[in-house]
Order: sequence, then C-alpha cells, then structure tokens
Amino acid sequence: MRRPVSLYGLTFSLPLLIWQLLFFVFPLVFLIALSFWTVRNFRMQADFDTVNWTTMYGRAIFWQAYGTTLALAAGAAVLTSLLAFPVAYAIAFKLSDRARRWAIMLMVIPFFTSYLVRVYSWQVFLSDAGLINVMLGWVGLGPYGLLNTPGATLLGFVTLAFPLVVLLQLFSLIFIDRTLIEAAHNMRCGRLRTVFAVVIPSARVGLVIAALFAFILSFGDFVSPIYLGGGDPTTLSILITDTTKSGQQWPRAAVIALTMIVTLMVVAFLSIRFAYRGRK
Amino acid sequence: MNQENEANRNPFVNGALKLYVLLAYLFVFAPILASFVFSFNSDRFPSIPLGDFSTEWYRAVAADPLVWEGLRNTLLVGVVVGVISTALGFGAAYTDYRYHFMGKQVYLALALLPPTIPVVIMGLAMLAFLSRVNLSGDALAVIIAHVVICAPFAMAVIRLRLSQMDPSLEPAAWNLGASEWAAMRHVVIPFCRPAILGALFVTMAVSFDEFAIAWFVSGLNETLPVKVLGFLQGQVSPRINAIGTFVFVTTMTLLILAQLLLGRPDATEKE
Repeated sequence: MRRPVSLYGLTFSLPLLIWQLLFFVFPLVFLIALSFWTVRNFRMQADFDTVNWTTMYGRAIFWQAYGTTLALAAGAAVLTSLLAFPVAYAIAFKLSDRARRWAIMLMVIPFFTSYLVRVYSWQVFLSDAGLINVMLGWVGLGPYGLLNTPGATLLGFVTLAFPLVVLLQLFSLIFIDRTLIEAAHNMRCGRLRTVFAVVIPSARVGLVIAALFAFILSFGDFVSPIYLGGGDPTTLSILITDTTKSGQQWPRAAVIALTMIVTLMVVAFLSIRFAYRGRK
Repeated sequence: MNQENEANRNPFVNGALKLYVLLAYLFVFAPILASFVFSFNSDRFPSIPLGDFSTEWYRAVAADPLVWEGLRNTLLVGVVVGVISTALGFGAAYTDYRYHFMGKQVYLALALLPPTIPVVIMGLAMLAFLSRVNLSGDALAVIIAHVVICAPFAMAVIRLRLSQMDPSLEPAAWNLGASEWAAMRHVVIPFCRPAILGALFVTMAVSFDEFAIAWFVSGLNETLPVKVLGFLQGQVSPRINAIGTFVFVTTMTLLILAQLLLGRPDATEKE
C-alpha cells in the first residue's frame, strides 16, 4: 500500500467525512447547545440556562413517558426476538438453498414498503368495525376495542422490527459452525437442548444485536404510538414531535432528544458488552 | 449443507416449523396485501365484506395537485439524494478497501452509524441546525438530511462488491503503467458498476419512503410520504392505500432493476 495521504486518496475519503461531520455530527452536537437556550416571546435566543433541563425533568409526564417508552421498546425487543427466532432458525436449518434465497428476498421487501401505509393497514384490521372484529363477530365474539391500546402499539413495533430481526438472526445462525451441532447430536443431545446449549450461545452476538436494533427502532418510533396506540400513554418520541411542532419549544425537545440518545447509548453499550461477555 | 438434518428429522416438528414460517410471512405481508386490495375498494371505512371495485381513490389522489407536487418533490429529492449518496458511499467504501490509517474505526463509524439514530432525533437536530443556516423548509434541506442516512446504505452495498475484487488487480494496472486515476477509471469503477447502480436504486428507494426527517425539515415543500402522514392525521384515509400501492410498485421496480444489475449475490464470486 502507498502512503495514505495523497490527493488521490483524499478525493475519495474526504467528501463523506466532511458531509457527515457537517450534517450529522454537528447537528447532534448543536442539540446540546440548544438545550441550554431560552425562549422568550416565542423567540429562541442563545443562552446558557439550565431551565429547560429542570423544567422537563421536573415534570411527572416526562418520567411517565420515559417509563412507557422504555417498557414498550423493551417489550417489543423481547417479543420480536421470540417471534422471529423460530423463523430464522427454520430458514437457516430447514430450508433448501433455493427456498432460503427466496425467503431472504421476501423478507427484504418490507424494508421498501411504506411503514405509514402498513400502520394505516393495521388500523383497518384493528378498528371497531375492522377486519378482525368482523371475523370475530362471525363466531359470536366481540367487538373488542383493539385500536388505541398498548398492544396495538406493540403490534406496530413488531411490524417495524420483525423483518430486520429475522434477517440479523438468520445471518448469525447461518455462520454457526455446523460441526458443533453435529457433535451435539452425535452425543445424543436432544433437539431442544441443542438449540439452547449450542445454537443460541453460538449465535449470541447476532441475537443480541438483533434485539438491540428492535429496541432502537421501537424506542424512536412515533407513528405506532400515535396511530395505533392513540397517543395515550404518551411516549418520548410523541413528546418530541408535539414540543417541536407546536410552538417554539425546541430547546425542551432537545432535552428529550438528548435524554433519548444517552439512554440508547447506555442500552447499546450494555447489550454489546453482554453479547461479547466471555469472548475474545 | 443438508446433512445437518440427519439426526434431526422429526417430520412433525419440521412441519410445525414450516407452518410457523408461513404464518410469519403472512403476518409480514398482511398489511401490504390489505392495502393493495382496499385501494380498489369503494368503502370510505374499509372492512369486510368488500365494497365494490372502484378506482375512486386513485382518481381522488390523481386529482389532488398537492399530491402531484409531493410526487415531484419526492422524485427530485430521491434522484439527487441517490446520486450524491452513491458518490459519497463509493468514496468511503473505496477508502475502507484500500487504506489503513489511524482513526479508521472512527471513520467507519461515522460512515455507517447515521441510520441507527432514531429519526425523530435526527429530524429535530436537522431542523434546529438547518433553520440556523436558513435552509429549513426547502427541498435542499430534505436532500441534505437524506444523504446523511442514505450514504451508509450505498457504502455497504459497494463495499460488498469491492470485497470481491482481487486485491492484486489494481497493483497490476499500476505495474502496467496506469496512474492511480487511470486504474480507478478503467479497473475499479468498471468492476463496481453493478454495485454502483444498485446503490443508486437502493438509496433512491430509501429516500422515497422516508417521512419523519422530511416531515421535520420540509416545511411547505412536502414530499409524498409526508403527504401520506398528513392523510393519516386527517382521516381521509383510503387514499393512503392508493398512494401506497403506487409507491410500492415504483419502489419494487427500482429494486428489481437493482437486483438484475447486481446479479445473484452468490453468483458473482468469481469474474
């Protein structure tokens, strides 16, 4: 390799670096400054005042939303992981190569369909006169109030995260050393025990990362909590959109956003440490 | 590959697993299919039994000048974002392929992390920052923000292709007297062409669907997905299905094109 600093090399490496520093790092750092600004007469002004932090952290609704958001996102991460694992497992070990390729391709399609359209579609399924209640009516049940419940929010989160989680789990399962599994079988290790004693530990890193992504996606999503959960109980992302869109309270929204970033960083750090625990 | 089932064949369990996989795909595609079906359904509040076959939602959408403006904005933004993201992503992927330097981990983190930051936070940060420099409320604002989250996808796609390139190919060109620039033009870029086109389509597709950041920064220059968010708020809803189906078909066309250009991922190992 030649010496790294040359006009040629910089032509390729610098543009992205500059773009991401200017339009990714800088705006996020700017949020920190913004959280100390003040709003007077509906105008923001540069300042160094902790009033936004004390106001937001002094509100019961903020902590309530924080708890709700954490619980929903954690629930979505666990639920999605559990629902996705048998799918990833079956695709990895039970399908022919050809079927596996198709399965992967089909699982990629949802990434390119509008999440908004899918959420609206779930509204059609869940509403009082919607598909599910009509079908329940045929067997004499319901109607149940399915929409505007935390369960509906979770359904939205699972919709959002499921394809990604299946794919991430699948890629960690495919790369398991298959001789380990055969060894387990040769030693008369049962099917389920093999899954728990060999497959899951071997794929742990990928499984944890998949759950982490489900958590991140759900933690920041405001569409499901509003349009499936009905906005009640409120979540941090709803608080951000409300605070930003109605009026000029951007500094307070920045406080919420920074709290979310720190939370995500802690969760990511802990899960990655857990994923690699005892590995070198 | 298929011997691992040897000690592991219990037709009942395997059957149950496959049934579960089928149900999972049904769950994934139910909302997509329902939206397609109901886009041709006359009822204002769609349910079963289905109403009459009707194209009224498509006509309603087609008659809405704001939808057309949204579509124009979306296409404009998507194409520009695709080109810039692919160029930046190619540069970053090539840097990763060719160079080792101090702080490379940081460089790669910057190049790949943006899509993991929640969109509400990106949206707020972008809005706050861009309004300071008087750019918010402009299609340019959406372009800037979308490139941030799309470039990583372009980089990932092109990086995959570069990892298949024989590392001695470029040095061979230099030995034959080609300058670095000539080797880039005649060796590296031709080798990466399918991935470059693939990245172009993938980033355009990501931009076409992104609504949250666009909603924060676009102001009055709404893109189509932001318009859909408006419909969702405004309860004039079956139009969402019509737009959704239209966008889905468009996006799928782009992706199939990308897939054809990239070829089967495992068939390009040697060339």
